[in-house]
Amino acid sequence: MSLVTPLNRVLGLGTASGAAEHWWMQRLTAVALLVLGIWAAVELLLLPDFSYRTVFAWVHRPYSSVMLILFVLAVGYHSYLGVQVVIEDYVTSKAAKVVAVMGSALAHTALSIAAIFAILKIAFGPSA
Amino acid sequence: MQGVQRPLSPYWIYRWQITMWLSSLHRITGLLLSAGAFALAVWLIAIASGPQSYASVQQVFASGAFKVLLVGWTFCFFLHLANGLRHLAWDVGAGFDPKTIRASGWTVIVVAVVATAAFSWLAIL
Repeated sequence: MSLVTPLNRVLGLGTASGAAEHWWMQRLTAVALLVLGIWAAVELLLLPDFSYRTVFAWVHRPYSSVMLILFVLAVGYHSYLGVQVVIEDYVTSKAAKVVAVMGSALAHTALSIAAIFAILKIAFGPSA
Repeated sequence: MQGVQRPLSPYWIYRWQITMWLSSLHRITGLLLSAGAFALAVWLIAIASGPQSYASVQQVFASGAFKVLLVGWTFCFFLHLANGLRHLAWDVGAGFDPKTIRASGWTVIVVAVVATAAFSWLAIL
């Protein structure tokens, strides 16, 4: 028989770490995406076509560059948090769970940075 | 945990309702949108890589099969957006009574379908 209280046994384990931060950031990015998502949809609707010149000029415009970077940041973070919850809910093996969450974190970081770098390259490059 | 036979959530004994559909769909559409975000990153990188790269990516993105995918992602986008707004309302404690929760659920579906039809018609097809 253990003399350790049930509370002491779970403290510092599993979900007891950073849940409030996770919840808050998911909502914060959700509110940001409400604005940025609608902005992106409207901008795509307003593009006359999807030719190289048109889309380059669109991303090249300072206002769109900044909004797109914000959009990528919010999407990357929100998607990472969401995918993490799904992995934690359905992957039962501890090892597989850690590997999956790590892989997702690395993929989200790499793709977000690549997308932001692409936007900056277009923004600071010569206009097409 | 091994060997402990814990009771499972008995969700399959309930009659399916709009709230359950949307709860599942919120997750599924969210996951599909993560895949869509990957496509968006590829598209941006293609633009940055120059006209040739953009042309080869656009060859795939403008194909008929991919357009079906784009319409699907559009639906995921609007459903997740509208239902996300519903979730944010719940987070501040609003709209929890059964009548409102069902009405807001159906509103989300109607908004998603209409917005998808309009966006697809104007920007994809």
